[in-house]
Amino acid sequence: MTGWLVASVGLVGDGTYFGWDGFTIQSGNLIVIVVMIILFVLALVLPFPGGKRRK
Amino acid sequence: MTAGATPGHGAPVDEADAHTLTGRVRRWLLRKLPPDKLLPEDQPVFVASWAYVFGMGAVASLLWIIVSGIVLGLNGPQWYHVSSLGSFVNSTHLWSVELFFIFMVVHLWLKFWMAAWRGGRVLTWITGVISFVVSIVAAFTGYLLQTNFDSQWIAFEAKDALNAVGVGAWFNVANVGQLFTWHVTLLPLAVGAMVVLHVLLVRVHGVAPPLEAAESDAQLRRDRPGPAEPPEPAEPRGDGR
Amino acid sequence: MTRKSSSISWRNTDDVASRPWTGSVREYDLIKELIIGVVVVGLLVLGVSAIFGSPDEPSVSLKAWATAAPSDFVGTAAKELAGTSDTAGYGPPYNSTPDATQKIGPVDLQSLSGVRLPVDTASDFVITPLSTLPSPPEALARWAAATDQQRSSWAAAYSDALAAAPDNDPAKVAGGDYGPVPALTGALLDMARQGSLDGVLQNGGNFYNMDYTRSLLFLGDGGYFPDLAASQHLSGDQWGVMNETGDTPGQSWLWLFSLLYQIEPFKSAPNADAIVVVAMLVLTALLALLPFIPGLRSLPRMIPLHRLIWKDYYRNR
Ligand code: HEM
Repeated sequence: MTGWLVASVGLVGDGTYFGWDGFTIQSGNLIVIVVMIILFVLALVLPFPGGKRRK
Repeated sequence: MTAGATPGHGAPVDEADAHTLTGRVRRWLLRKLPPDKLLPEDQPVFVASWAYVFGMGAVASLLWIIVSGIVLGLNGPQWYHVSSLGSFVNSTHLWSVELFFIFMVVHLWLKFWMAAWRGGRVLTWITGVISFVVSIVAAFTGYLLQTNFDSQWIAFEAKDALNAVGVGAWFNVANVGQLFTWHVTLLPLAVGAMVVLHVLLVRVHGVAPPLEAAESDAQLRRDRPGPAEPPEPAEPRGDGR
Repeated sequence: MTRKSSSISWRNTDDVASRPWTGSVREYDLIKELIIGVVVVGLLVLGVSAIFGSPDEPSVSLKAWATAAPSDFVGTAAKELAGTSDTAGYGPPYNSTPDATQKIGPVDLQSLSGVRLPVDTASDFVITPLSTLPSPPEALARWAAATDQQRSSWAAAYSDALAAAPDNDPAKVAGGDYGPVPALTGALLDMARQGSLDGVLQNGGNFYNMDYTRSLLFLGDGGYFPDLAASQHLSGDQWGVMNETGDTPGQSWLWLFSLLYQIEPFKSAPNADAIVVVAMLVLTALLALLPFIPGLRSLPRMIPLHRLIWKDYYRNR
């Protein structure tokens, strides 16, 4: 979707985008979201190191 | 206590003794949050999950945000455009913000699924949401302060939403002087205050017990000498060390 | 034995959740946790910063615009003179253009502030800057002497002619009665190309300035700046506010705000900004008040992920 005015300028580097018709997501944002989901799942399933129990 | 002190002076004041406003405030504070509740050495047995570390992760990230932000602020807004050290400090500021939000959002999800507002902890939840919202505004003003193409465009786009609800006249996204005040003083103070209040509330109430915890649980029965290790599948780590 | 599990409610009742914990405890060192947290997060921050850095696309100046896209610049200047640019028709807080505000039903929040940051596009963007030149163009005098009506008919005619010209090129405009307008916009283009318009628009002759409102509005009225943004996937229909330039993550936490702009009924509403903001305020309030909302607050019980979180506890009880 590069505008006609910019075609000749090219002063800015393009990011990497993933998309399905109409919906796009920037790679950095996608990674952040995936990392959050992974952390959430790991927090649920990983065993927590045990401390000393006391009454 | 010094020998010979008149009773009531220098001696730890009995709780019921407070007769000044100051004394009553102290009594209230001490009752709400006695030192061993503020800085306890142990936690209920159920506090044994990675679900509890994300709040601390957010606190740690916030500290890094503040440190890197102070360095950036003291060098002025042009520094990071022209200095490679400045650019690196700017990167640490950006990435500690990304980590802060990552930890905070996972924390929010976890506290939701733990229904951690139970048993009179609703203010903890609400102060958490307010911290989230204020942090978003703080981050937004940070993006506007980049003084580069990104901030230029964000300012141009964002003005419409702010103007449409009548705040753009005072919160002017294209006025860098104003934004500086918001981003380096008011909003960080607000985030800090909300987080302190939030964490103090967690300490005041103690950590919310499991959803299905009941009086009859082994961990709660007083007559038991202590949690005997059940014969069930041995945990990889645990007590008895 | 029946287990009476604690309530999902926020209420301070007499259940296990409301009373101080009297059961067994384990050693838990909060300060140590904080120190480990600070060290681990610190290493992460330093590592990720060293690897990925952070983007810093240079800002766009009026000079860059006038140099790279002169026809767009001249066309925009003509619209500023004619009073037909976006800014000229914006309404509060910049001007009092009738019927320009976004209302929600009868509520007109946009007008609340009044015109607090006044911008008169013809005078502020074109005429006043030109009059600061060491030798101001003679066309200024003709403009000053004309009636408002005469001015806008000249400027509108020129603006239309530019739009119709091949490549919108001012050199290829058909003849017509444009008065001093072509001379004014041409002089402004020269001024911008030389770089002096940037300074004049920003600080109006003062030494200090930190307010970029005027320059930004002028820049945004053209096509060049929004096109640059679109090429960076930054515009509103591209999740723009969320995205950072390049591959660096941006404000992904604004996803819902950004999403609302892209779906109906918000997308095609003339007051999209106002209703999106209000919708976000309502949704945020709902999140804050979630513990009070029956149904929603029971989700954690109905989908018992908590059994995983507290698996040790449940196993041993
Ligand atoms: C600025 C961001 C935040 C910081 C620094 C923060 C910090 C903390 C810390 C250190 C704890 C105790 C340890 C733990 O359970 O993780 C905690 C607990 C809690 N947080 Fe946050 N928090 C933040 C945002 C939030 C948000 C957005 C929510 C939810 C909307 C939230 C809800 C809670 C609740 C309900 C508890 C009590 C947990 C319990 O009693 O088991 N917090 N927070």
